[in-house]
Amino acid sequence: MLLLAFDTATPAVTAAVHDGTAVLAESYEVDARRHGELLLPTIGDVLRAAGVDKRELTAIAVGVGPGPYTGLRVGLVTAAALGHALGLPVHGVCTLDAIAHQARREGLTGPFTAATDARRKEVYWASYDEDGTRTDGPGVDRPGDLTPPQRSVGAGALLYPETFPGATGPEHVSAGALADYAATELAAGRELLPNAPLYLRRPDAQVPAGYKAVLPA
Amino acid sequence: MADEPLVLGIETSCDETGVGIVHGTTLLADAVASSVNDHARYGGVVPEIASRAHLEAMVPTIQRALDTAGIKATDLDGIAVTAGPGLAGALLVGVSAAKAYAWALDKPLYGVNHLASHICVDQLEHGRLPEPTMALLVSGGHSSLLLSSDITSDVRPLGATIDDAAGEAFDKVARVLGLGFPGGPHVDRTARDGDGKAIAFPRGLSASNDPAYDFSFSGLKTAVARWVEARRRAGEEVPIADVAASFQEAVTDVLTRKAVRACKDNGVDHLMIGGGVAANSRLREMAQQRCDRAGIVLRVPRPGLCTDNGAMVAALGSEMVRRGRTPSAFDLSADSSLPVTEVHVPHTEFHAHAHESLR
Ligand SMILES: [Zn+2]
Repeated sequence: MLLLAFDTATPAVTAAVHDGTAVLAESYEVDARRHGELLLPTIGDVLRAAGVDKRELTAIAVGVGPGPYTGLRVGLVTAAALGHALGLPVHGVCTLDAIAHQARREGLTGPFTAATDARRKEVYWASYDEDGTRTDGPGVDRPGDLTPPQRSVGAGALLYPETFPGATGPEHVSAGALADYAATELAAGRELLPNAPLYLRRPDAQVPAGYKAVLPA
Repeated sequence: MADEPLVLGIETSCDETGVGIVHGTTLLADAVASSVNDHARYGGVVPEIASRAHLEAMVPTIQRALDTAGIKATDLDGIAVTAGPGLAGALLVGVSAAKAYAWALDKPLYGVNHLASHICVDQLEHGRLPEPTMALLVSGGHSSLLLSSDITSDVRPLGATIDDAAGEAFDKVARVLGLGFPGGPHVDRTARDGDGKAIAFPRGLSASNDPAYDFSFSGLKTAVARWVEARRRAGEEVPIADVAASFQEAVTDVLTRKAVRACKDNGVDHLMIGGGVAANSRLREMAQQRCDRAGIVLRVPRPGLCTDNGAMVAALGSEMVRRGRTPSAFDLSADSSLPVTEVHVPHTEFHAHAHESLR
């Protein structure tokens, strides 16, 4: 297996190549405003670093959020287009699952919540049991409306210490962890998600308040 | 013809996901997925709804275009995409997709200007553009007079709207009259039963000391609303068809008068009209009459090519390849306010250095 993985659902622009056993190369750069500019060059860089030609790839794994939409879509449309052009299957991974997977690999034990910044004073969150299985979420809520968890990780948790006391890293998702999660799930014969965004919110759409009169009342 | 470039163009600047494939100046496919119906109840394009629709439609629309053209993606000589101007989030979906296809297929990428594409699309209908060409672009997003001596490198803005775009005025007047969205086709249809001389609506920026090539449609829009409201308040029936026709007459009168004047002043004998409003039947009719009188050759693409589409982007991309223009780099960004003078966004050493220093 030669898996190309990337994620644009958090402020990190990150890509990795995984051979089914280990991460061959990984890139991680935090720049929330430049996902669109950075992603493709980053993908080119990790393949070069891994010594893998794009035609040798066997699958793509992409973080499908939840995450701020504009950046999130960069990853999803890139995955869809690459999958189409290279004839590769595209697997979706919940970005919070990848963060949780990384946290456990870095030694976190017991049940915990992963949370990222959803802006507008809200967080995207999901909860996991001691085996790393998602037990609740993904959801988007104000931190104050959540039951404070024992342990928590992610930039969304670090941002609201009153709800998430003692929160730790990883802050954002890394494509290496995402690739490892995807490879593990696929090897276990489990299905991943379709390449479709987890928006969790309806689009903002103001219905114009009727036609405004221009003559003085 | 055999050596003409085969180029795929992607357009996502507003609410249409357009994918076109052209071979030189021959149109092979023009696939469009529109989210216009999702916006209708809001009375305008909702950016987030448009962006979501672009993501869903992108790959199926590309496949549809390839199937229609009867080619494989590997046959292409280049991938072109609208880099701007337009809605930032919507543009980004198309730019990201174009980069992925270009990179995966090892094809040159051309980030091009939406307005220049609107001009270049006429090559698919009437053959290569004369140089120079005067262009009048009118749509819901733009109202500009542009002079181009080379559609791949030199587009000069002579004038533009100082407030609303012409298409916006159509939308607002349609709303005042209780017609549907988008307003252009509804007003056009309604106006056919009306008298364009029934009501003397104002012609914006038409005094002798006003800027010769700029437009203003805000005052006209307000005048129409006032006129209609006054009628309604007096309990009188509003002659909808006459209002629509008279409003349309005022818009087309100003647009065509200024466009013909720009041609004469600059010694240009070809006028092209593009953009969604170029589909308006009265505009086409009046432009033809005035151009004929002034000895100017009028070029207006068929309505389907006037609105936003991928074919126009492919047409300009194909011209970029043919003239050996420098492709864009893979760090190409979507620029919602890309100036019309930047016909395409080439990769340059300067940009590369500026990019490095930002890191
Ligand atoms: Zn347009």
